[in-house]
Amino acid sequence: MTKSVRNFHLIDNKRIKKDFFLLELSSDLPLPNILPGQFVHVRVDESRETFLRRPFSVHDVDYKRNSLKLLIQIAGKGTSVLAEKKTGETISLVCPLGNSFSLPESKDRTLLIGGGCGVAPLLFLAKYLKSHSRNFDILMGFRNKDRIIEYEEYRSLARVYIATEDGSEGEKGFVTQHSLFEQDKYSRIYCCGPDAMMKAVGKYAIRNQIHCEVSLENLMGCGFGVCLCCVVSTVDGNVCSCTEGPVFNINRLKW
Amino acid sequence: MVNLGVKIGKTSFKNPVMTASGTFGNGSEFDDFFDVNRLGGILLKGTTLEPREGNPYPRMAETPSGMLNSVGLQNKGIDYFEKNIYPKVSEYKTNVIVNVNGNYIEEYVALASRVNKLDKIAAIEVNISCPNVKMGGMAFGTNPASAREVTKAVRDVYDKTLIVKLSPNVTNIVEFARIAEEEGADSISLINTLLGMAVDVKTLRPSLSTITGGLSGPAVKPVALRMVWQVAKAVSIPVIGIGGIMDSNDAIEFIAAGATAIQTGTASFIDPMASIKILEGIEEYLTLNGFNDIKDLIGYINRK
Repeated sequence: MTKSVRNFHLIDNKRIKKDFFLLELSSDLPLPNILPGQFVHVRVDESRETFLRRPFSVHDVDYKRNSLKLLIQIAGKGTSVLAEKKTGETISLVCPLGNSFSLPESKDRTLLIGGGCGVAPLLFLAKYLKSHSRNFDILMGFRNKDRIIEYEEYRSLARVYIATEDGSEGEKGFVTQHSLFEQDKYSRIYCCGPDAMMKAVGKYAIRNQIHCEVSLENLMGCGFGVCLCCVVSTVDGNVCSCTEGPVFNINRLKW
Repeated sequence: MVNLGVKIGKTSFKNPVMTASGTFGNGSEFDDFFDVNRLGGILLKGTTLEPREGNPYPRMAETPSGMLNSVGLQNKGIDYFEKNIYPKVSEYKTNVIVNVNGNYIEEYVALASRVNKLDKIAAIEVNISCPNVKMGGMAFGTNPASAREVTKAVRDVYDKTLIVKLSPNVTNIVEFARIAEEEGADSISLINTLLGMAVDVKTLRPSLSTITGGLSGPAVKPVALRMVWQVAKAVSIPVIGIGGIMDSNDAIEFIAAGATAIQTGTASFIDPMASIKILEGIEEYLTLNGFNDIKDLIGYINRK
């Protein structure tokens, strides 16, 4: 998996919800092998207002079309500019970066948990698990019905459970309050979402001795381990979440 | 063919492009992107006597045309360096330079004596300008007596090329450059980052865990260029220009203002290929403008 800087063409930019959009980017060259959980570092534009790259986890990969998809939430200047990009524009990416979710054992029952935009890497992960015939369910948490990201494609791969904070769809409450957990049947959890959610899920996993991996979203400078800005505190000290993560076993984190 | 070679202290560089300490890891992080051996030299991540965890996250904030960092010299210490990093960087066919930092003068001396024994390390860069540590660092580089004492003490134990990296957070940069020269430094590199800060208006909290941090990137370039120009006129040892160099034109500005060589920093975060593109751009500029030798460009604006 050699990292490279390369230009992609924007072949689709679709607004999904008020503040979510889906970019599909294609490359003239064959894509490198990308693993679920890895991320790309996107150059927003030439403007020096947004001159650092932005990291986004890979939402989906299509090797036949040499394309990859990024599911992005508008959160600031950089993502606002990306949301307005037009088909045909060129966007520079450094990729692939970071580590990946591990492949569960065949006997594992795995639960993928996504909160808000944290569902982004779970589609690619679900396809990967499916292609390896692994047994898994998906649980997604959103603030309310209006914030739900279309999940038909996820549903084609696994059973999908929904939790909303106000109960406007699925079960009411946080993901950790979902009735799925009463059944206590999972041996592995992969989670991506807001820190508070991942911490709650991590706590549950530790209490129940379940293997748990979370994908962090720390602020990054370089994305490949030289600026040391995106560190997370672990049992091995401060480590870069861009190279030793973004996926971490919960036991390694000092949360 | 244009001659790009320059000499700094006892060290020959095949070209004037180096990478600033703390922005290039230990080199191998760039192996996927380009052949690091093509550069004139690489400056490794700042090393201290003991391992350092650095400052708590968040350590970085994007600012207009720049970024603030408060990494705080996170590194695994000189023992780890000698055992694990040195064997790897020894393989490089370019100048490898170690950047050293201390809380006390004795630590700079201990580090310099150990680095002095490492054959494959071409030079040492004494960092008396890190703004992100509680003790040492910038405290040495903003007090003339301390700057003199550190430089003198390191010179006494270090035989090879000695570079002193200056802080811009002083009123009169020339005074510090002259002190370094008087105490036997072979070269001066400048600038380290400018002390700055940012506040997150959503949370009404400082953006950095340390509140203040070091500003780098294009935002600091005019300040850096002015300081390099002032220092290059004032001393007779070679000056290495650093500060917001994003492309070859930026690099040429520094060289024309008097820098013998340059270091790229923040540029590598945005484009990992930046340093090699800058090298290619300098060569092209020299060819197009009829220069046969980079030395004819050094300090060009100060002539006539």
